[in-house]
Amino acid sequence: MATWTWFHRWSSPKWFYEKSGRWLPWLFTIAGVLLAYGLVHGLYFSPPDYQQGHSVRIMYLHVPSAFLSMSIYVIMAVCAAVGYIWRIKLAHAAAAAAAPIGAAFTFLALFTGSVWGKPTWNTYWVWDARITTELILFFLYVGFIALRHAFDDQQTGDRAAGILAMVGVINVPIIHFSVYWWHTLHQGATISRFGKPKMDPNMLEALLVMIAAYYVLFIAIFFLRLRNELLWRERQASWVRELAK
Amino acid sequence: MFKTLLQRELKLALRRPAELVNPLVFFLLVISLFPFAVSPEKADLAKVAPGVLWVAALFASMLTLELFYRGDYEDGSLEQLLLVTRAPYLVALAKASAQWLLSGLPLVLISPLLAGMMYLPDDGLLPLFLGLLLGSPVFCLIGGVGMSLTVGLRRGAVLLGLLIMPLLIPVLIYGAGAVTAALQGLPYNGQLALLGALLLFSLVLTPWASGAALKVSVSS
Repeated sequence: MATWTWFHRWSSPKWFYEKSGRWLPWLFTIAGVLLAYGLVHGLYFSPPDYQQGHSVRIMYLHVPSAFLSMSIYVIMAVCAAVGYIWRIKLAHAAAAAAAPIGAAFTFLALFTGSVWGKPTWNTYWVWDARITTELILFFLYVGFIALRHAFDDQQTGDRAAGILAMVGVINVPIIHFSVYWWHTLHQGATISRFGKPKMDPNMLEALLVMIAAYYVLFIAIFFLRLRNELLWRERQASWVRELAK
Repeated sequence: MFKTLLQRELKLALRRPAELVNPLVFFLLVISLFPFAVSPEKADLAKVAPGVLWVAALFASMLTLELFYRGDYEDGSLEQLLLVTRAPYLVALAKASAQWLLSGLPLVLISPLLAGMMYLPDDGLLPLFLGLLLGSPVFCLIGGVGMSLTVGLRRGAVLLGLLIMPLLIPVLIYGAGAVTAALQGLPYNGQLALLGALLLFSLVLTPWASGAALKVSVSS
């Protein structure tokens, strides 16, 4: 029973708004510390790559963005599914809040990748499997956002976009495995849960810190956006009016 | 139930034959633009033929999507259908089947003719035909999801492309890939098997998504 009441309280916008408000400063502090450590370590102290030289350092920005671009889509799809099936208002708001952040990280991954591609592959853009599927992921985000806003009625928009997110999520494994399925220009995964990483421990540490920093940063921005979204959606509710006084 | 729905769709569509010829004419027109835009040389056209034929087929089948939902939505019969059946996935499946029978299948049948216009070598004909036979139903099934999501929207048509194109890319890759492999003398049954898998996958899952989407669109 205790878990259920805990779970139910989480689905209440008011409760979430109050709790997350107290967490936000902590989340931003942790993200800031991790980012500062990861960036200084990655951009200054870690060794240059024996093949790629200093251009490898963009990896510390690129790899975490790519990780997040896929994770956020899955998070968004799960939230949309929860909202669609159990009709939980908070879940729809969460999917809506996550989508633009996901699109931004996808764009960042594509952008940093292309900046890195110029010195390394001597081209800004290749029709490589991983890059192209990442671009498709960007379109999926844009489609979700566009569909949600196309309906006059917010609830209908939420439900319709939720179906789209659930259908689109089958593309995430395709993106993830594209590197193995099509042997094109993009390099394979560097970090694997199985086996020893093929990377200098210094570089690996910086990269892992950056990944952690990005995830915490995402949660912080996500909470911030979700709080805004909730205030807007619950603008008729008494607790929001109380807050606005 | 499914049979009745399918018969209704076919009967309604056959009463306006002009609209059914449109996608075929469109397919033909797009193909005939390439000799002007790329080059009328046999070697150049044959090189791009697999991809061009597949992309043109995709566009042509997207053109017909509107036809199968818009009318029913506007005169309210879609709402009535959903009220009566209690099985929205059957409505969606009937729509997609009718759409394929009336616009997808003719497209597949005239594809060898158009392949000839694009100077596609004979080795590529069979994989093109078989690939389209497996791939064009997927266009209708996934397109149906997009159409049922956007049927209630005024600006639906533009959005539709954005929503379903990303989902159709695998079909395009394997479809055109099979033809290209055959032209290089390689086996192409792998690509066809993947197309078949995509077809089964979307046959099982998309009617449910379309049905749910129809309910959302109609209730608004």
